Amino acid sequence: MSEPLLTVQKLFCERDDRVLFNQLSFALAAGEIVQIEGQNGSGKTTLLRILSGLSRNYEGEIFWRGTPVAEVREQYCREMLYFGHQAGVKSVLTPEENLRWYAALSPMIDAAAIPEALEQVGLRGFEDVPCHSLSAGQNRRVSLARLYLSRAPLWILDEPFTAIDKRGVAAKEQLLLQHAQRGGSVILTTHHELGIQGPVRKINLDQLAGTSA
Amino acid sequence: MKMDTNPRQSASLGMYGLFMATCRREFSLSFRRKSDLVNPLIFFLMVATLFPLGVSPEPGFLAQLSPGVVWVAALLATLLSMDALFRSDYEDGSLEQLLLSPQPLFVVVLAKVIAHWVMTGLALTLMAPLLGVMLFLPAEGMPGLMMSLLLGTPTLSLVGAIGAALTVGLKKGGVLISLLVLPLYIPVLIFGSSAVQAAVTGLPLGGYLALLGALLALALALAPLAISAALRISISS
Amino acid sequence: MAEKKWMPRWFYQLASPRWCYQITGKLLPWFTAAALVLLVGGTVWSLAFAPADYQQGNSFRIIYLHVPSAILAQSAYMLMAVAGAIGLIWKMKVADMVLKSAAPIGASMAVLALVTGAIWGKPTWGSWWVWDARLTSMLILFFLYLGVMALNSAIENESTAAQASAVLALVGLVNIPIIKYSVEWWNTLHQPATFKLTEKPAMPVEMWLPLLVMVIGFYCFFAVSLMQRLRNEIIWRERRTGWVRELLNKQ
Repeated sequence: MSEPLLTVQKLFCERDDRVLFNQLSFALAAGEIVQIEGQNGSGKTTLLRILSGLSRNYEGEIFWRGTPVAEVREQYCREMLYFGHQAGVKSVLTPEENLRWYAALSPMIDAAAIPEALEQVGLRGFEDVPCHSLSAGQNRRVSLARLYLSRAPLWILDEPFTAIDKRGVAAKEQLLLQHAQRGGSVILTTHHELGIQGPVRKINLDQLAGTSA
Repeated sequence: MKMDTNPRQSASLGMYGLFMATCRREFSLSFRRKSDLVNPLIFFLMVATLFPLGVSPEPGFLAQLSPGVVWVAALLATLLSMDALFRSDYEDGSLEQLLLSPQPLFVVVLAKVIAHWVMTGLALTLMAPLLGVMLFLPAEGMPGLMMSLLLGTPTLSLVGAIGAALTVGLKKGGVLISLLVLPLYIPVLIFGSSAVQAAVTGLPLGGYLALLGALLALALALAPLAISAALRISISS
Repeated sequence: MAEKKWMPRWFYQLASPRWCYQITGKLLPWFTAAALVLLVGGTVWSLAFAPADYQQGNSFRIIYLHVPSAILAQSAYMLMAVAGAIGLIWKMKVADMVLKSAAPIGASMAVLALVTGAIWGKPTWGSWWVWDARLTSMLILFFLYLGVMALNSAIENESTAAQASAVLALVGLVNIPIIKYSVEWWNTLHQPATFKLTEKPAMPVEMWLPLLVMVIGFYCFFAVSLMQRLRNEIIWRERRTGWVRELLNKQ
């Protein structure tokens, strides 16, 4: 069995006097899809932010390919794609300009494939329309286009299917499965019932909450 | 099957590419929202107008006041525009993505601040002679005014960006930025307005400009560090 | 987090709020006694027994309050910035708490220095305020303190607030020499360099000895205030832990 990509050990986080999770440990191998479940406010977004490195408000250890994340920060950022609550799309710019910016930010994103990616998310013809003229769903799809462009192995997705219609959700689920089959890994949270034809591991934060200190 | 995780040659633009892409992005963003560009300049003009109205329009008096007034007005106009530096990125989620980039953060930060300076500080510098004329600044003082502003306003942008980065997570960052940053602006103000005074009285400017240059060098070296740290801290909650 | 430990053991012990609480509890009575003795003794000495300055008469005695408070205001800022740096580098909660506790004390010292400076100025040049280099620098230092305090209270999350204030305090620290230099220089430009507010010619022993006593007394007073505020802060931040609950139950 190959070494797990991401290992989390004894993660502890509290916010507003509430312990969100304690002694949380798990390992993510290549090709795995993990869904983080829990009620609203149970800390799903916080966990994903911690895993992506945005939040330092935790105790515990996180390892990327066996090395502590703090030591391989640049490599980790390169090999990880984070999709947060907000689209991360500038409304004044066009989808193409937004994606070119992402290509400049991350060497794992191939700028040449932008038109194709936009077509994959159903935005062909909208490449030059400023994003403020697009709907919320279309804006999210601009950001989701990164999934088609990036070669990063680890995808951390926070509610990626928000404001996407059923057909779009099915297409994205297919994409996640393909990514896992290619050796990538996915951690996601979603309210949708996942219809992925493949094993999806679930970690439920409500069940894990409040274990002994 | 192992994924190819090596960055492609064509895809990797490197730090220089990122710097230029960021500058281009900032210019595009501002030029499409023209009000952001113009407001600080209008403010600059208005503040300078307040002094003759509030104190005295008498030429001799205003001429004495003009170096300081133009400098204070430029300072306040820059301060006013600082809040917007990171706010829009914070609100639409771009700032998070920025912080997760494998490229060094200071490249993006520096690009943003420099782009901001070009659109604010440089614009103010070019507009300054107009204010000088309105406030009866003697003609000998004009070159000194422009040179001191040229060297001083980038420092103002850099230090102001620290305040902007510290308060970007707060809803009402505006006045707080001023509180945090104004004490730090004082040395630039002192040397800048003294440079203009010296120019007016015919004394050599070199020393003051050198001091302003030194402050700028220090700010260029240290501010991106502080700004990056502040951004990471602001976004971590 | 696996880190190389290059500091001595007691440094890492400091990281425990509980240990800090206990040790400050032990130190507090000593420092309080020292502060009382030195301050009372020093005040009496300076007011009653030290000789009056031949130029300024008895109003000169305000220097015994002004100089210590000015020194404290500056030292407190350095302490605050260093504590902030420690909190940022080693991620110590206690260092964050020291920063938060020291800020208001330092700010009050700055106010005291400004007020006593003004009181000194009145009989000497007839106005309550003068824009001299020292007072102006002290005023700017006061603004820096206010900035740190404002930022700390504006951010809700405690650890984020502490880290942000630490960054600001460090930025201020770097600026302080620059500000001082520029204000001094500005002052010489606009005022004849003949009279300086706190010009201290070689003071005879009878004058600087009570001053020294007052300065040390002020430091002790600062230590007492800091420790008390720190203890309060520790109790508040650790209010949910077992040892604090026990402590509060005992009372």
